[in-house]
Amino acid sequence: MTEPLATLDAALDRDREIMTINIGPHHPATHGVLRLVVDLEGEMVREVRPVIGYVHTGIEKSCEDKSYWKVIPFVERMDYVSFFFQMEAYCGAVERLVDLEIPPRARYLRTLFLELNRIHSHLVWLGTTALDLGAISMLWYCFRERDKILDLFEMATGQRMHTRYFQVGGVIEDIPLGFEAKCRAFAEEMPIRVGQYEALLDRNEVFLQRTKGTGIVSRERLLELGVTGPLLRAAGDPWDLRKAFDYLAYPEMDFKIPVGTVGDNYDRYRVRVAEMVESARIVSQCLDALPEGPFIADDRKYVLPPRSELSTSMESLIHHFKLVTEGYRVGPGEVYYSIEGPRGELGCFVLADGSAKPARVHFRDPSFVNLQSFRDMAVGGYVADMIASLGMLDPILGGVDR
Amino acid sequence: MPDAPGLELIRGEIERDCPDAVLATSFDRAQAALIVDPARVLDVLRWLKERPGQRYDFLSSLHAADYLPAEPRFAVHYELINRDRVERIRVKAMLADPGSEELPEIDSCVELFPTADAQEREVFDFFGIVFRGHPNLTRILMPDDYVGWPQRRDFPVGGEPVTFTYSEQRYD
Repeated sequence: MTEPLATLDAALDRDREIMTINIGPHHPATHGVLRLVVDLEGEMVREVRPVIGYVHTGIEKSCEDKSYWKVIPFVERMDYVSFFFQMEAYCGAVERLVDLEIPPRARYLRTLFLELNRIHSHLVWLGTTALDLGAISMLWYCFRERDKILDLFEMATGQRMHTRYFQVGGVIEDIPLGFEAKCRAFAEEMPIRVGQYEALLDRNEVFLQRTKGTGIVSRERLLELGVTGPLLRAAGDPWDLRKAFDYLAYPEMDFKIPVGTVGDNYDRYRVRVAEMVESARIVSQCLDALPEGPFIADDRKYVLPPRSELSTSMESLIHHFKLVTEGYRVGPGEVYYSIEGPRGELGCFVLADGSAKPARVHFRDPSFVNLQSFRDMAVGGYVADMIASLGMLDPILGGVDR
Repeated sequence: MPDAPGLELIRGEIERDCPDAVLATSFDRAQAALIVDPARVLDVLRWLKERPGQRYDFLSSLHAADYLPAEPRFAVHYELINRDRVERIRVKAMLADPGSEELPEIDSCVELFPTADAQEREVFDFFGIVFRGHPNLTRILMPDDYVGWPQRRDFPVGGEPVTFTYSEQRYD
């Protein structure tokens, strides 16, 4: 009687049984609407196939039906935690298309808000990823500071998220009275808070065991896969578009590029946390060196006239009417403009056909490209490490699917 | 960015190794572009990637555009970076619409740049441009059973009926 059982066992081969399970699309650990089809052998991941497209809303197509200035609030909603970056990528591309120089004060204000947004984005990442790894209190600490940033956004722009603050030619409004003091206090407080996060996590045995030596991908492989941003820097490659290409006020800023050595999840954590401190330094420097002068360009072909002129100047009224109804026309041409987003190279391609609406708006979203490296991180490791790697990859599915 | 003379130098060097692969150059708004023969696009990309002294070996973006009503109508753009010299160059392959139900085709560059995998699928998904030799050319963002190429300029905006509970009712 024992023999048939033994052959049955051999046929099943319990040690090498592959089980395919489905994680998501709705699962808190997938950081959005991401579906993972995973082949497991026991606890080991043998293959993983990310399935995306669940929140595809056709934003790029919808942009083709909007005049240039109406596209701005649309593109903000792609990657919904780095809205300022989307605005900068798009506005910068259109400014290059129409050859519009933005005034120095606008350059500094944009840099300031981009860096605040970078801290905001990294805080959301740190809170949710630490939550995945069991550190629940981190979420509350991170969201406490995140709310302070959102308060600053609200004070300056009137909105906490999706602010529509950047305009083609500059920014819509100057910062209000009292903003500087509040922002400066935040920039001084932030490094101390980051120190507190590190005190909670850096010597936390559970956190170290879960992150050290997991999800390693080599620098060469990351470059092949087109991965940019903190993931690439954690593998030891100091590639940062803020340093590589001149844009906004970054050439005048003094900041360091944190890099890792091994390229595991721990390095990714360290790099992002160090970036928050550097961003706080850039915020302080922007406030110190904020030039006086106009905050938006004076070219009435593209920029709305000040509200006060509308009741006194016929010319301004005509410009205002023309800009709000039809918008401005952009001569034929195409521009690809890319900036360093919180997740890597955020590029915007705008094709103009001479009309008042863009013929194509395409975003090279870093999450979309970086997600390709997820297979390399997860295969061969434990399923629990796969969840840690996904958190450290930090994809925003709104940006992936657009 | 290579400047305008630099772009012509690169073109001249490519011309020596792969004759007639580059059809034209464009230097517009400080952005350099090589317009290449779509049948030879892999030769140019490989030359730019592997040629000593060039090393445009990082493909930062691959996307497409529809230039309707111009002819040829489609273009696939390759945004390359030389990370040593910190220069960008764009390679542009113009593709004609073969008409009727046929789809335009171009060689896949996944072998050269593994990062192009998802981006070529995205271009296929939205423009119906077929990448020959791609390991898994399926729709990526749209549903698998979707019919049509939504980012083409002749595809209408808002042409998608939205099904709500009461949308079947008619109010005449």
